[in-house]
Amino acid sequence: MTATTLQAEKVAQRHHVRRISDKTIQTAFILPTMVLLILWNIFPLFYSLYLSFTEYSVIAGAPPKWIGFENYRNILSSPLIWKYFALTGRFALLSVGLQTIIGFAMAMIVRAKFRGSGFITTLILIPMMLSPVVVGKFWAMIYNPTFGPLNYLLGMPPPRGPDWLANPQFALWAVVLVDVWMWSPFVMLLCLSGLKAIPEYLYEAAAIDRASAWFQFWRITLPQVAPLLMIAILFRTIEAFKQFDVVMGLTGGGPGDATELVAVNLYRIAFLGRFDTGIASAFAYIVLIIIISISNLYIRYLNQLRGEA
Amino acid sequence: MATIELRQVEKKFGQLHAVKPMDLTIHSGEFVVLLGPSGCGKTTTLRMISGLEAVTGGHIYLDGRDVTWLHPSERDIAFVFQFFALYPHMTVLDNIRFPLQAQRVPRDEAEKRVSEIVKMLQIEHLLHLRPGSLSGGDRQRVALARALVRRPAAFLMDEPLGALDADLRESMRAEIKRLHIANNATTVYVTHDQLEAMALGDRIVVMSAAEIQQVGNPAEVYYKPANLFVARFIGSPGMNLISGRYADGVVYLPGDNRYTVPESWRAPLAQALKDGEVIIGFRPESARITEDGALAARVYASDMHGAFNMIHLALGEESNIVNVRVDRWITYALDTPVRFDIDPEGVRFFDPRSEKALRRGGAQ
Ligand SMILES: Nc1ncnc2c1ncn2[C@@H]1O[C@H](COP(=O)(O)OP(=O)(O)OP(=O)(O)O)[C@@H](O)[C@H]1O
Ligand SMILES: [Mg+2]
Repeated sequence: MTATTLQAEKVAQRHHVRRISDKTIQTAFILPTMVLLILWNIFPLFYSLYLSFTEYSVIAGAPPKWIGFENYRNILSSPLIWKYFALTGRFALLSVGLQTIIGFAMAMIVRAKFRGSGFITTLILIPMMLSPVVVGKFWAMIYNPTFGPLNYLLGMPPPRGPDWLANPQFALWAVVLVDVWMWSPFVMLLCLSGLKAIPEYLYEAAAIDRASAWFQFWRITLPQVAPLLMIAILFRTIEAFKQFDVVMGLTGGGPGDATELVAVNLYRIAFLGRFDTGIASAFAYIVLIIIISISNLYIRYLNQLRGEA
Repeated sequence: MATIELRQVEKKFGQLHAVKPMDLTIHSGEFVVLLGPSGCGKTTTLRMISGLEAVTGGHIYLDGRDVTWLHPSERDIAFVFQFFALYPHMTVLDNIRFPLQAQRVPRDEAEKRVSEIVKMLQIEHLLHLRPGSLSGGDRQRVALARALVRRPAAFLMDEPLGALDADLRESMRAEIKRLHIANNATTVYVTHDQLEAMALGDRIVVMSAAEIQQVGNPAEVYYKPANLFVARFIGSPGMNLISGRYADGVVYLPGDNRYTVPESWRAPLAQALKDGEVIIGFRPESARITEDGALAARVYASDMHGAFNMIHLALGEESNIVNVRVDRWITYALDTPVRFDIDPEGVRFFDPRSEKALRRGGAQ
């Protein structure tokens, strides 16, 4: 080895010692986030999984007692909870279905550039920017049978109009209506960006191919928007299963249990009465598994659409 | 098959004329090429015929029927777009049968037609792929198939080979020509490639600056350009053009050259030219370098073209260059003085004021 290479090696070594390696820098940046994630997300996730196998109440002062699958067995064999699941499914179907139709229709209308279409689009988006609790309280006033404007508008001034939120027949629909009012704009927004991305030449080609407007809609517009529409539906379905704040603002799950969606019921079990933390954890895990499986179905379908496109 | 007539058809975008009032008749079964530089209004003309663009004046007739204000779908015309415009979310098969389904052609009839076309264009193996995974040439075939399967009254093609590379262009060109001969369908074809225009067109419509410059078969636009624009634009290189002064049967050219005008041209020249200013034009292959040629020049440059050589000659000053085509084994050193003759059948004359070609009595 010559003198010069020796020297070069020494220099290199010195550099090695003094410089922080890329790896260290990476770790330094990631570490704080990791710590926070572990403390706030990962730990509670596993702790609640553990709690779901125990008998435990946060206010009882007794330590969690391991009972295996007892909580899960109880929940899955409770007819009431099955009823709430069915109710939530119905709510999701109605509300996501209506949001999809209305949101898509609004997107089709706003898509045409006319005077003030930008302003109108912004206006339409306002509901989804509001706090859900505020929206719930606000609509509760609108529905109010004595001073709410809805019955007046429907030509049924008090005392003739129905009390929408107190009527078990109408209450779920009242919640659906508010959810649709609030979230159709979200579907519209996604559809609109999908629609705007469809190149004009496809419609020119279709016109040349003598396709009617209807045929163009089914064969070009809809399939082109489908991937984004599916994403909107996926998001809204997940949200529907978690629907809580609007219901709390409107009905609190009533009248009776006419609007007792699973998230509302979960809240009742976890934070009211006996504070059944163990059962609530198990319940939350069941909801989580349902949401994940529904999402999976959607995503599989979405990928299929994408693969075709 | 249909006749297409344009009567004073024009298109303005705001104040700008994309197409100035234009008259053109395309006969049934004819292959007409719209040729011109970028921005001259070729696409706009084609889109007006198809109905994708509304005219701002004039009338369009299809087989005598006024279709000026009919929607594209009511005109029975197929359009092949420059970038194919295939439906990206459908398979090749669905793309091709889309126009048939749109018109509710019965299922077995549709299947029969699709399989005929697919066989003709040799794309059977692509039917279940999506356009995104096809090569340019295959996309073009699919676009052609989608147009052909309809059996429309006329085909409009907007630079259908523009997006392909040179090799493929040539073979697809032959394919389009073959399809036209097989189907004998009225076709209007847009291109800015003159070789393509020459190879394909029964007639060529040369356009420039939103106007028709000349309509004629390939030989006519090549040998008998109607004006200086066509003379320069057609051919590569274009026609040789030298300014001179005409008097008593002789054109005085730069470099003290005197060109004796053929007998048949003398009367029209004397009649048309007020002050004797004239531009003389001839194609590179209409000149011959000979020892006793009438015109003197010197070799300015020469390039090999494979099948032939092109000798650039300077007449007097270096701004007066003419190109002469010679056999490929003939070469000259630079600055060699040479003499050449112009074939009397190949010579043309232009009025520098109007830029129009002068005509011999009658046919030209
Ligand atoms: N939608 C439009 N709005 C305004 N001007 C336009 C529009 N379409 C075309 N033009 C103008 O009209 C003129 C003719 O355009 P056109 O597309 O017909 O030319 P072209 O001959 O097809 O050219 P190219 O070879 O580049 O395709 C151009 O100057 C172009 O800028
Ligand atoms: Mg064009």
